[in-house]
Amino acid sequence: MSHRFLATILNSDKVKIGILLKEGPYNHQAADTAYKFAEAAIKKGHTVDAVFLYNDGVINATNLTDPPQDDRNIADRWSKMAKEHGVEILACIAASKRRGITDDIMIDGGSITGLGTLTDIAIRNDRLLTFGD
Amino acid sequence: MLHTINTSPFESPAMEECIRFVQQGDPVLFIENGVYAVQNGNRFTDAIAALQKTSPVYALQPDLDARGISIVAPGVKGIGYDGFVDLVEAHQVNSWL
Repeated sequence: MSHRFLATILNSDKVKIGILLKEGPYNHQAADTAYKFAEAAIKKGHTVDAVFLYNDGVINATNLTDPPQDDRNIADRWSKMAKEHGVEILACIAASKRRGITDDIMIDGGSITGLGTLTDIAIRNDRLLTFGD
Repeated sequence: MLHTINTSPFESPAMEECIRFVQQGDPVLFIENGVYAVQNGNRFTDAIAALQKTSPVYALQPDLDARGISIVAPGVKGIGYDGFVDLVEAHQVNSWL
């Protein structure tokens, strides 16, 4: 029996989660709800595999934002979550091109990908949650 | 299946659509502006009562607090993000947008 299989059995109450985020930061609550949900899931030992950014959601992944110091830094905290917990932050390329989001201004831990990746995320995870309108 | 509703029933048909599709025992969770549905005494209070005959109904407490909703329709349970995660662990999810 492989270690991987054993680990799957031992963690049978844990789920792998994919997130689809369709709204930009500071504009709609979705970016905050998605983050707080992901944070709580990770704390409980579940795996947040990926956050797929679609439509205005891609604006979550630009490193050009510079909010006031007493406000949350939405792009930064996604970046931290990517680095500390291996969460893939993936922006849809078509949505990114429309909004001026390029590899050059991506947050650390974020990358641009195709819409097909969303299908992969839906297939390889136990759950897919959508945040947005 | 867990149903999440994030829009206010005053401005979106999401809740009514969800109620039409919800199966016996499916939990329904109101988040973001969706929590306006469970403010006690509004014109959706009867619908929330009827829904609870088949489904447990939850609302995200931080979103209730952010909107100053202190009294929810009878039977509705306020839960935190931890509770949200527990529901997701136990059910597949349909997000009614």
